[in-house]
Amino acid sequence: MYGFLIAVGALLLLSIIWMVYRIQTLVSVVKGSDKKIASGSNKINALMFVFFLVGATILMFWYSIKEFDNYQLPVASEHGVVTDQLFWITMAVTGVVFLITHVLLFWFPYKYQWKEDRVASFYPDNNKLEVIWTIVPAIALTVLVIGGWRAWSDITAPAPENSHVVEILGYQFAWEVRYPGMDNVLGEHDYRLTSATNVSGVDFSDKNALDDFSSPVVVIPKGEPVLFKIRARDVLHSVFAPHMRLKMDAVPGMPTRFWFTPTKTTEEMRRETGNDEFVYEIACTEICGRGHNSMRKEIRVVEPEEYRKWLADQKPYIVNNPSLVENLPADLKELAEITISEYK
Amino acid sequence: MATASVASHSGAAHDHHDHEHHDNFITKYIFSTDHKMIGKQFLITGMFWAIIGGLLSLIFRLQLGFPEMDMSFMKPILGGWIDETGTLDPEFYLALVTMHGTIMVFFVLTAGLSGTFSNYLIPLQIGARDMASGFMNMLSYWFFFVSGVIMFISLFIETGPAAGGWVVYPPLSALEQAIPGSGLGMTLWLISMTFFIASSLLGGINYITTVINLRTKGMSFSRLPLTIWAFFLTAVIGLLSFPVLFSAALLLVFDRSFGTSFYLADIYIGGEALPNTGGSPVLYQHLFWFLGHPEVYIVLLPALGITSEIIATNSRKPIFGYKAMIISMLGITILSFVVWAHHMFVSGMNPFLGSIFMFLTLIIAIPSAVKVFNYLTTLWRGNLIFTPGMLFSIGLVSFFISGGLTGIFLGNSAIDIQLHDTYFVVAHFHLVMGSASFFGLMAGVYHWFPKMFGRMMDAKLGYIHFWATFIGVYLVFFPMHYIGIAGFPRRYYTWTGFEFSNMYTDLNMFVSIAAILTFGAQLIFLFNFFYSMYRGRVAPLNPWRSNTLEWTTPLHPGHGNWPGEIPSVYRWPYDYSKPGAPEDFIPQTVPLSATPESNLPHEQELVKLEKEIIAEEEAVLVANESTNS
Ligand code: HEM
Ligand SMILES: [Cu+2]
Ligand SMILES: [Cu+2]
Repeated sequence: MYGFLIAVGALLLLSIIWMVYRIQTLVSVVKGSDKKIASGSNKINALMFVFFLVGATILMFWYSIKEFDNYQLPVASEHGVVTDQLFWITMAVTGVVFLITHVLLFWFPYKYQWKEDRVASFYPDNNKLEVIWTIVPAIALTVLVIGGWRAWSDITAPAPENSHVVEILGYQFAWEVRYPGMDNVLGEHDYRLTSATNVSGVDFSDKNALDDFSSPVVVIPKGEPVLFKIRARDVLHSVFAPHMRLKMDAVPGMPTRFWFTPTKTTEEMRRETGNDEFVYEIACTEICGRGHNSMRKEIRVVEPEEYRKWLADQKPYIVNNPSLVENLPADLKELAEITISEYK
Repeated sequence: MATASVASHSGAAHDHHDHEHHDNFITKYIFSTDHKMIGKQFLITGMFWAIIGGLLSLIFRLQLGFPEMDMSFMKPILGGWIDETGTLDPEFYLALVTMHGTIMVFFVLTAGLSGTFSNYLIPLQIGARDMASGFMNMLSYWFFFVSGVIMFISLFIETGPAAGGWVVYPPLSALEQAIPGSGLGMTLWLISMTFFIASSLLGGINYITTVINLRTKGMSFSRLPLTIWAFFLTAVIGLLSFPVLFSAALLLVFDRSFGTSFYLADIYIGGEALPNTGGSPVLYQHLFWFLGHPEVYIVLLPALGITSEIIATNSRKPIFGYKAMIISMLGITILSFVVWAHHMFVSGMNPFLGSIFMFLTLIIAIPSAVKVFNYLTTLWRGNLIFTPGMLFSIGLVSFFISGGLTGIFLGNSAIDIQLHDTYFVVAHFHLVMGSASFFGLMAGVYHWFPKMFGRMMDAKLGYIHFWATFIGVYLVFFPMHYIGIAGFPRRYYTWTGFEFSNMYTDLNMFVSIAAILTFGAQLIFLFNFFYSMYRGRVAPLNPWRSNTLEWTTPLHPGHGNWPGEIPSVYRWPYDYSKPGAPEDFIPQTVPLSATPESNLPHEQELVKLEKEIIAEEEAVLVANESTNS
């Protein structure tokens, strides 16, 4: 019944629109305005541009200012401060251009709308102008690029020697986090060794792997460089830590990396944002299938002392699951068992 | 037959007779070799695909704006993709996004825009009887048609269409185990795209040959309308880049079906380690974007060409900086081939490459800026008539500015770390590519409708259509900048799984509503289009008082375009409001010798040359007459 009423209403509306349309067509034929070069609508359209300009500008500024704290994510890494700065410098430069060009674009239609008695000026070119507006943007862009290039070079430079290494492996649809343990060296891996108990395909015949451990949360110290070694084992994924301004694809067959220095602990961020539940997160930003939108991992940034305490408390893979080393050659197995007993 | 008469044409005007065509329905409307009919075929097919692509986007916008919504009412069409509780399947969501992108980029904005207007306008504006090869032209349409049929079928298969995003990156697109859409759906995608590439190449070769060889007398390159320059350069870009997409697709076919490892390495999936080693997914990205970036200009340049023409005509002013416009387009053409890796800053490629591509990318922003300034100066001190075509052209310039400026953020690799694959990118390319090109398409339809169908579209409906769409597009895409700066990733079925992105539900709802209304506004256009086709006011011969050659043809140009000789051209196409001239426009066919009152000093010198040419022509005419009688 309800649907029927809506259908009737829609039909009625359509027929009214139709009638109005027919009538205005007939009227314009009678008035002969369809023969004029520019009808009365010309003025309305010209005015509309001005209204649009004013309305849209107000709306844009109102919303941008009102929502600033919502869309401006707090930043928590050293390079993030730099890239944010570049972002806002670019915003200022392009914002000015945006406003000026749009004021001209929408004001000219009003100012120069068709007048029977005016003739447009025949002004086909002016090389000086062309040169000016080639060179000025070129200079502005060069300045912006050089800023970006310096930041980019710093960000992508080799990680400092003392970086804390964390391996992040993407798979459908989760992240596996592996720490190198006390030696700060990750053990070798081979994708053929992957199994339900060995998610990252760690090769335990490599001595460096014996103290490697896994963690449900990425724990990292504040103020010290951290190196994410990033892998994928099935399709592309991408590690995105929005507050760290960090993003890097995880590529099967090609390990990637990203290093950064966190600047605020989770606790500090909770106080700063006034949100007791605040957590740093990792999301996936490369389409990877059904669960693409659910590849969440938490990052916990802590004070360095707390980090070292936490590190000491962690149990290697092989301690939690001794069967991982069952099939190793005898000498390695012995070594593994010593490690296991040390942690007991 | 039709082909014969067309093939016999050349720039020299002596071998043409008035042909009586006895076309039947099939040769006239289906397997037509007439460029005008083929252009219309591309247009109608493009419109069909635009509706399909638009509807797909509405479905996923509903999901994003109203995640809790009961979608059971779509069960009759979507069947199993909506489960018993009325929720949309997340894999089908990805398939929708993928199909929307593929359809819009390739079928609507490449075939529907370039296909329509290059075909329709090139012969008419350069003064040719048809394309260089009418037959190839026909093939070009039918390859496109077949490509469309295959893509359409893929929408209905059980495992769903391709779902790896419109860029179909492997390994996701190579492995059926990773997502069901990478099975038969992806196979159909690859076959369809192969036909599409063939279609583009056939079309492109034709456009290039036609522009180079079949210009009428006097139509030198420096007198070509900017539309033709744009179509020409677009075809060049397409010809050089589409084959690379083909090779990317071919290697993907090998990986999928024949066990090669071009893109696959070290994969453990579905509880099994695959044998492939040594391949590189990043290689695919390089190959894809080697087409992918030029492709965005394939989509945009024709729209810019169309706008240049329409803005000049309706400002009653020459386009400002004709030469600068051509040089910018040449610059864009060349540079578009050396910026592709800006889509891959964080793909894991060598960061040094990132630096190089950042510099190259920001260089390409310069010709784009020059074009904008030239448009603005064309409007300045004009005498503007706001036809619907003009409104859409101004709208295009606005989108080009808004979207182009965000490109400067994205082209800066340091800033792109945060913005890559977020909604900021979505906002960027929907404004600068999607909406701008769509507005170019609309501007073109409104402007050339009288030539295509001999009738006028209703202007008032056009105004309403413009304002609804213009405001609507901004309401849809402008908010996406905020969402993107906040870090919302693309291609997410829902964002509620994360703390940082579980807000903005209201804004997303707003965007979805705006999208539905904007889509609804297109119905006004559809009505106007089809109604005016049959019932519109009969068009005058030159409704916009324009200078270009197409307006010198009869109201319904037959096969061959001009009943008599092809007119010669004596001037550039932008003599609007020339001081001294009695009218505010002087068509290209008016000899300089006929307008001594408005000639510029250097033109006065050309008059002598021109007189010789005219004398020559008359001699030919006389000779023709005598052989005919
Ligand atoms: C001012 C010049 C421009 C610059 C500097 C620029 C820069 C960029 C950059 C760096 C990206 C990659 C962003 C990312 O994925 O993180 C991008 C994406 C894109 N741009 Fe532009 N752009 C410009 C103009 C254009 C134009 C004119 C078009 C189309 C006509 C266009 C269409 C696209 C498309 C379609 C994408 C996204 C492709 C995808 O990931 O699906 N851009 N642009
Ligand atoms: Cu993902
Ligand atoms: Cu690009």
